[in-house]
Amino acid sequence: MKQKITGRAVTAAAIGVVGALTLAGCGGAGGSSSGGGNEEVNVLMVNNPQMQDLQKLTAEHFTSDTGIKVNYTVLPENEVRAKIGQEFSAQAGNYDVASMSNYEVPTYAKNGWLTSMDEGVVDAEGFNQDDILAPMAESMTYEDKIYGEPFYGEGSFLMYRKDIFEKAGATMPENPTWDEVADLAEKVDGAEKATKGICLRGLPGWGEMFAPLTSVVNTFGGTWFDENWDAQVDSKEFKEATNFYVDLIKDHGESGAPQAGYTECLTNLQQGNVAMWYDSTAATGTLEADDSPVKGKIGYVAAPVKETKSSSWLYTWAWGIQKEGKNQDAAKQFVAWASSQDYEETVAEELGWQHVPAGKRTSTYENPDYQKAAEPFYKQTEDAINSADPKNPGVQPRPTLGVQFVTIPEFADLATGISEDVSSAIAGRTTVDKALEKGQKQAEKVGDKYKK
Amino acid sequence: MSTPDITATPDIGANRSRKKASAQRRPGQRRIGKVLLGLLAWLVGLLFVSPLLWMLLTSLHAETDASTNPPSFFAPLTLESYSNFFGGGSGASPWPALINSAVAAIVSTLIVLVLSTMAAYSLAIRRIQRWSDVLFFLLSTKMLPMVAGLLPVYLVAQAFGILDTWLLLIIIYSAMNMPIAVWMMRSFLAEVPIEVLEAAELDGARLPRVFMQILLPLTAPGLAATALICFIFSWNELLFANVLTSTAASTAPVFLTSFVTSQGLFLSQVCAASLIISVPVLVAGIAAQDKLVQGLSMGAVK
Repeated sequence: MKQKITGRAVTAAAIGVVGALTLAGCGGAGGSSSGGGNEEVNVLMVNNPQMQDLQKLTAEHFTSDTGIKVNYTVLPENEVRAKIGQEFSAQAGNYDVASMSNYEVPTYAKNGWLTSMDEGVVDAEGFNQDDILAPMAESMTYEDKIYGEPFYGEGSFLMYRKDIFEKAGATMPENPTWDEVADLAEKVDGAEKATKGICLRGLPGWGEMFAPLTSVVNTFGGTWFDENWDAQVDSKEFKEATNFYVDLIKDHGESGAPQAGYTECLTNLQQGNVAMWYDSTAATGTLEADDSPVKGKIGYVAAPVKETKSSSWLYTWAWGIQKEGKNQDAAKQFVAWASSQDYEETVAEELGWQHVPAGKRTSTYENPDYQKAAEPFYKQTEDAINSADPKNPGVQPRPTLGVQFVTIPEFADLATGISEDVSSAIAGRTTVDKALEKGQKQAEKVGDKYKK
Repeated sequence: MSTPDITATPDIGANRSRKKASAQRRPGQRRIGKVLLGLLAWLVGLLFVSPLLWMLLTSLHAETDASTNPPSFFAPLTLESYSNFFGGGSGASPWPALINSAVAAIVSTLIVLVLSTMAAYSLAIRRIQRWSDVLFFLLSTKMLPMVAGLLPVYLVAQAFGILDTWLLLIIIYSAMNMPIAVWMMRSFLAEVPIEVLEAAELDGARLPRVFMQILLPLTAPGLAATALICFIFSWNELLFANVLTSTAASTAPVFLTSFVTSQGLFLSQVCAASLIISVPVLVAGIAAQDKLVQGLSMGAVK
């Protein structure tokens, strides 16, 4: 008797659960399962301002022309990298297109995770691949095929407050050397109350501190690996460069340097806490924005050098198409639109030239309207990107592509680990030499994997 | 706060009768002590609320004012960040994510409530053999760090083709909350006097009726507390949602992270988004408040 009742109750409950699950099985609210046979593209991308503009303009300027619906997922940089890595390595096929940098593209292409852009994008009508800045295209080429198309790109240069320099009686040369920059930092340090000489990233991270720092190492004659994959982290040049960088921060750098990354330095320069900043050309978007307190007060000169002629880094947020993505054709159409010159002009019309995802096409820099809108920095930006050589960024031959990074998947962990110790050195808890000697051992392990 | 006369009168009487006691506190001191305690309570209360207030203030500032150091408290207020949240910035609507979160949280909570109550019945009232081992087993499933199961779950879900669906989220959230719900419900059911159930059975009530008319009303506060905890855990869950969903089923916490950017300012927008996403939890909490207070203390006294 009792058992019978229990059995009935269990059955009733079970029916309830199954019913709920069946209801639940019908996907989610976000992606409207396309019943009408309309094409869709799923795009996973980093949440940068240029991507937000893209989201805004897609419906009116892409979907209405092509009938292709674009579903965006946007995430912060670290999360998006992790998610893209997981999605592409599993070839899960949830996303057709993802935003990735020139750090990932060569590796992903080598692993066979990407669809080549040669057919459908490069040869798309009006796309004009030759217009893409050569170092950009080169940094995303694997075995003579192009696997990534840049959405926007950046180099690095030195930014300084013209008014503070004038007050301190200092002059910035057009192509400064690092030694000159160190002298200038001393001179302008304290020129205004609470203004330090220079901001340099001290926040640990391969994409934080080691972006500017590796470009300094390059121009000091150092490298992560020589062409035989022998680690060079404890070499004389690497140590000299890193000591120079750390000492410059300690002597004339921003306060709170071990926690200062791109965002903090940007705020520091905007609020007059520092007189100089060596960083990405992409900062101009914020510095020269209409509501920026330093609009028009900043001068831009080439990245400081020592042994090399130029030392700008090269970075781009580009599109990669997943090989197992379900909508290959639509994905290619999307990339051919988002990376096109037409799209830049659409942005200029709708949102203004300062919103244009620049740094990837020669034609942008030849456009008089853009030149006018980006007058203080367009030339320096174009020069910075064009001067970067992803194959040969330093004084010695390199084993693989990359200016401010080495395009191997192990580099992120390796450099982030070492950057934590260098950051401690800035805080005075260890020394640069100790940090690099420790790093050398880790770098050797990584290098050994690639030795044949 | 109570009026001073009421507390003062017995104090005076007490003083009079034990005047000799040199260590005796005077009424003034006691009053000061109370005031201090009150102040302390206010301070602690404010301390707990201050992050929320700070978020509210930040969310009402423009991005450039929100990021200054030292903070600009008196900057002009604007609702810009809230309009950005509802699609004013990028045009991305928050509703699909909110609906996904609501479906996953509510359905999984209902499933957990049904299953955990039944499980708790057999662990508290009509105890199965080795019931304490079962309880310990359930607890032990919580000892594995969630992230350790992430990759296997991802691969299995991929093989079954249920990545990025409500179904997957509901399964995960139900499984995730089940042990805690069983433990909670067990302690609530254990409070129910067995005599009441026996009386009902003697009167001829069958199990479904015992459940519906006796057990559930008696444990309603417990159910409310369990439901709220399950709802909050599922609603706030980020790790699994972030990895297992993409375009169709991504949840509100994942949508929230999409405001964080490494190039540009986002503090105000993230604060606005966080506050809005916290609203359902707050509403659920307030709705269940009365029951909750009973429920949370119910298992405490044995």
